[in-house]
Amino acid sequence: MTDNTDKLVIGGRVFSSRLMVGTGKYASFEQTARALEVSGAEIITVAVRRVNLDRSKESLLDYIDPQKYTLLPNTAGCYTADDAIRTCRLAREAGMSDFVKLEVLGDEKTLFPDNEELLKAAKVLVGEGFTVLPYCSDDVILCKKLEDLGCAAVMPLGAPIGSGLGIRNPYNIKIILENVKIPVIVDAGVGCASDAAIAMELGCDGVLMNTAIAGASDPIAMAEAMKLAVIAGRLSYKAGRIPRKLYANASSPLDGMFL
Amino acid sequence: MQIILNGENSEQLDGLSIAGLLAKLGIGLERVAVEVNLDIVPKSNYGTHMLSDGDRIEIVHFVGGG
Repeated sequence: MTDNTDKLVIGGRVFSSRLMVGTGKYASFEQTARALEVSGAEIITVAVRRVNLDRSKESLLDYIDPQKYTLLPNTAGCYTADDAIRTCRLAREAGMSDFVKLEVLGDEKTLFPDNEELLKAAKVLVGEGFTVLPYCSDDVILCKKLEDLGCAAVMPLGAPIGSGLGIRNPYNIKIILENVKIPVIVDAGVGCASDAAIAMELGCDGVLMNTAIAGASDPIAMAEAMKLAVIAGRLSYKAGRIPRKLYANASSPLDGMFL
Repeated sequence: MQIILNGENSEQLDGLSIAGLLAKLGIGLERVAVEVNLDIVPKSNYGTHMLSDGDRIEIVHFVGGG
């Protein structure tokens, strides 16, 4: 039974789906559109790049209705605060929305965030009225700083981008959840549906993924699996799990035994 | 005049506005952003902002990304 009152609120906007999906790496635009639809996602990430001056090529927004989704432009590929800020300003002009997924990368091999540059960029962008959702390390001190700067959410990584390694440090995620008041969205690292469910069972407000769906053998089926996993994980979290115990505890009564 | 359009040299006629350039390229005004020498030009100024020799123009839009 889905709780229709259990909404995700980011930057004043209300969302029913807690699954956010990226639009990169699909085999075709048709597949992208279908996967997004099946996933039930309401927030989708996009990248900002030069237009192809050869207009014979189609573009993403020929296939995806921007009225149907909240577009969350990212700053993928930015390694400095200045580049990320410049990209966000262009995104706002192109998309007419203040929402940005702010990522400032540290190096190409790990794609881990450069948190120093991230903080610098977040401060400027919040000051310019952006709704900033930063991709960041799973570090509570950093997340608190991002919250203090006025970010609309924090998006700690579960594992390196595109790695599919899952939630490598659930305890760090838990500590972040207990210490920040803004939404916590696990961004990066999810490989399969159970990873998404684990993030939600920890109490995360949402999960953002791209490669786990786009790179699956059947992206459409995986989009559905992720949708269900996020819903199941959220319900499981809200339902309150039993404590872990080392030894057994029989489910059948001992009274009335006849042996 | 010579401009640098999305990183490449491009020969254009003098007296070309951004709106004129986009029209020539067949690019709709919706969902693009235009930067001239690192400054974003608001859409409302596309008709009046004239390009100059040596301008570096970036025209960007949204593509698939994570």
